[in-house]
Amino acid sequence: MDGFRPNSYSGKLIIVEGIDGSGKSTQLSLLSQWLRSKNLVVSFSEWNSSSIVRDTTRQGKRKQMFTPTTFSLIHATDFADRLERHILPMLEAGAVVCADRYAYTAFARDVARGVRPQWVRNLYRMAIKPDLAFYFKVPLNVALDRILGGRAALKFYEAGMDLNLSSDIRESFALFQERILHEYNSMAEEMGFHVIDATGTIQEQQRQVREIVLRKIGDSLETDILRQPPLEIPR
Amino acid sequence: MTTERLQPLDFYADPLPNIDLTALQGKLLVIEGPDSVGRSTQVELLRNWLEASGHAVVDTGLTRSTLTKDGLQAAKRGHTLGPLTMGLFYMADFADRLERVIVPALRAGFVVLTDRYFYSVIARAVARNQDSEWLERVAGCALVPHATFYLRAPVEEIVARTARGRKYFEYWESGMDVPYGSNRYKSFRGYQARLIEILDSLSERYGFIVIDASRPPDQIFADLRQRIAALLEI
Repeated sequence: MDGFRPNSYSGKLIIVEGIDGSGKSTQLSLLSQWLRSKNLVVSFSEWNSSSIVRDTTRQGKRKQMFTPTTFSLIHATDFADRLERHILPMLEAGAVVCADRYAYTAFARDVARGVRPQWVRNLYRMAIKPDLAFYFKVPLNVALDRILGGRAALKFYEAGMDLNLSSDIRESFALFQERILHEYNSMAEEMGFHVIDATGTIQEQQRQVREIVLRKIGDSLETDILRQPPLEIPR
Repeated sequence: MTTERLQPLDFYADPLPNIDLTALQGKLLVIEGPDSVGRSTQVELLRNWLEASGHAVVDTGLTRSTLTKDGLQAAKRGHTLGPLTMGLFYMADFADRLERVIVPALRAGFVVLTDRYFYSVIARAVARNQDSEWLERVAGCALVPHATFYLRAPVEEIVARTARGRKYFEYWESGMDVPYGSNRYKSFRGYQARLIEILDSLSERYGFIVIDASRPPDQIFADLRQRIAALLEI
């Protein structure tokens, strides 16, 4: 069980999850464009982006001060700040809130770091249950090709270097991602993820995402969500 | 009670990863209590006395972790810290000190004197209407101290000491983010009274040793010294 509070607001919460290189951010961005094109008020929240917590996270990473426990607590603090200052008020105001990563990222990543599953699940009990959770499932080698081929340098914690899995950063990254992938796959059913095959084309994945959105919350998008006044374009 | 043998250390519920408890040979002593009750004075007196009697001492206190100190201060300065965020930020501070100061010192056989533990974090969160059980489970990764001394004084005493000493009722110590009254004085008094109430209930649940802190500092110290001497068999 996730232990989250149900969403009792008129707004809707849609979240995406997946390992690095799964393409989830691209999909969420396309989804929010589509929702905006319907004149719905859409608000976006990104993992690890609270202005209050940012400097602490940066310092902890730069000086490699984090333990698995403090890494987990700082990310939960960041989440709490975004939750109480942004996500909850926007849901109450009737917006669609799109979140790039949610508590499940901590359930996968912190547990892959050795934090106890029941401890980190309790930690995020303050979260709201998403109306829709998409999991972009991708085989490890596909994600690794996308990340290791395209991006410049891997970072210390991102590669799980704190776990001493390997002294080679690329190998450490691969081993760490494998653990995270395992955690995601084992919670997918329990958490009610809508699993999207992330090896398909971008358009095909987006088609499936929009189809699920319409099927699951299409009616409330029509009636409950706050709208932008239609844009008057002078002719 | 003070004749009890010291038990080996253990965690409350969820052990921190990668810690061998049998290697922790030091002693963990907590001084708890509300603002202005005289905790830091007592920690200093105890430290001097323990060191004079040959014990290596490390003292640490709430919001003093190197990871979170600057970030917490900045967040408090902006008055933008919500109650949920505050509770977890303090827990991060606590965990950082636990893992990077307290545990290594215990491993090295020190007496660790900590000016507040996670109990104060919970008290502040509960005073802001947060879920106590939730945060107590987060704090389940903490070590059970060998003893927690709760310096307790009535709220009138706390108000008078703050007015005499600091001569200023600080924003967060007055719970102004809630708030507890229509002005700074009233809110300070109301908030501190609530903190004492919450610490009283935590005291029962966690078995604090209550020390009457309405007495002069030298009497409080004599009391603490006697109890700690018995505990550590000094």
